[in-house]
Amino acid sequence: MQKLLETLLIGVSTGSIYALMSLALVLVWRSTRVVNFAQAGQAMLSTYFGYEIASRSEIFWLGLAAAIIAGALVGAGVDFFFMRVLFKRAISGPAAVVAPVIATLGLLGLIRSIVGLTWGGEFKSIQAPASKDGLTIGQTTIPFSALNILIIATVSLILITLAIIFQRTNLGLSLRASAYAPEIAQLAGIRTARTRTIGWAIAGGVGAVAGMLVTSYNFLSPYSLDLLLVFGFIAAVIGGLESMVGSVIGALVLGIGLTFILNYVGTSLVFIGGFVVLIVVLLVKPDGIMARGKARRA
Amino acid sequence: MTDKTLLRVNDLSVNFGGLKALNGVNLELRKGEVLGLIGPNGAGKTTVFNALCGIITPDSGSLELHGQRIKWPQPHTLAKLKIARTLQGVGLFPDLSVFDNVMIGANKFATSGLIRAACGINQQDERALKERVQAALERVYVGGVAARRADTLAYPDTKRVSIARALVAEPEILLLDEPAGGLGPHDIEWLNGLIHNLKSATSIIIVEHHMDVVMSVCDRIYVLNFGEIIASGTPSQVREDQAVIQAYLGSKSKART
Repeated sequence: MQKLLETLLIGVSTGSIYALMSLALVLVWRSTRVVNFAQAGQAMLSTYFGYEIASRSEIFWLGLAAAIIAGALVGAGVDFFFMRVLFKRAISGPAAVVAPVIATLGLLGLIRSIVGLTWGGEFKSIQAPASKDGLTIGQTTIPFSALNILIIATVSLILITLAIIFQRTNLGLSLRASAYAPEIAQLAGIRTARTRTIGWAIAGGVGAVAGMLVTSYNFLSPYSLDLLLVFGFIAAVIGGLESMVGSVIGALVLGIGLTFILNYVGTSLVFIGGFVVLIVVLLVKPDGIMARGKARRA
Repeated sequence: MTDKTLLRVNDLSVNFGGLKALNGVNLELRKGEVLGLIGPNGAGKTTVFNALCGIITPDSGSLELHGQRIKWPQPHTLAKLKIARTLQGVGLFPDLSVFDNVMIGANKFATSGLIRAACGINQQDERALKERVQAALERVYVGGVAARRADTLAYPDTKRVSIARALVAEPEILLLDEPAGGLGPHDIEWLNGLIHNLKSATSIIIVEHHMDVVMSVCDRIYVLNFGEIIASGTPSQVREDQAVIQAYLGSKSKART
């Protein structure tokens, strides 16, 4: 029973980080119909900025704030200088479908190279903001740490903030309207290009938080967030790619599921487990668990 | 051009590849007027609307608003130009509530900056916007369904909500694209009344296939066929025009209202 509870708690902690990456991918997908493979690179670059500030100031939270700002600026920059130009140039034919995805892969490689040239390829670590040691309850020590609690709390705070922005503010309404049907949103006076850039900035900031949290109990390298991208993408697909709530639920399901595989089956099957979940979802419910059987667009 | 002219389109031409969708179209909308734009399917009626809304870029032609020549609008600049449009296919956001659908139309009245908007601390702004939205919904008698998702409404109500979204922007010029399409007699009667009531404050261009509606609400009518204006005038003049009769009904028939 104790092992079951531990597995569940760690699963929620792991899943909550997947949720951030998944949300970042969904935000970009909804506004541009592009699976942004560069999200891992953007998060990694932002985390390096966070690492610099956190290691100099020795304050994790200052590094997190720097990473969020860097992530938002990088995200907005990618859309403004890169995607907008690309969408203007590749407007029809097969190139219009493939070019943005290929471009994000190219961008991922470019960011990795820039990071490698600037910081080198060796592993970096960030001082965690809380203890990684397991909590002791009575006389028993469980593998669930204060850091895990802090991760869940931080992710919850970000999700609540995003929910307020999207559900309760005009900016959120503009973001949702632009994502669903940009042509109609424009007719209502919404500057959809600017709104989309804001969406990319939010996605960049959210991805940066995921990068900082993963790095706080792991290490940082030009490739360290690749697995996070893969699991974030799987979670987004489970949630149906369109739904922000779905992506969070998908991430929690994935996080808990993979932790169960890790604790009850074996480490070597975790990666395979993620892909098995992806394939099963695509075969059984290809529109994701939040699909309503109806087109979202007006 | 009379001193009452609000909007004037000069020599508008639009080509889709080799097809001339519009060829040298001239039209004039006067203040407080309801202008009908009719013609057989494919005549170019919606293309005129799309050019006026910046959805397509004209190949030639110019536009005057309040007697001043202006650039062809971009879609997002329409609200500032006090032009609003409804769409043929209703065009609501199905996942959003009725209230939020109309709130999007009130976007231009939001005065708060980005940071205040993002933080949701623009309460005074929010309150004023909500009042506008509720008033617009009540004007078209759908205030009671404000909290419902748009995709749960009956079709006539979705039409009313799309009109509310256009009206909430308080337009000087309202472009109605087939507002009576799919409506029953009761709703059409209501629509006629609404258009009559609106025209004291809003000039309207209406594209419509329901001739009863067009003949009832329009002060003047332009008739398009194959991208060209073939006739214009009051409903009774247009009704008797031989070119119109031929385009619509064939040479042996006579237009009926």
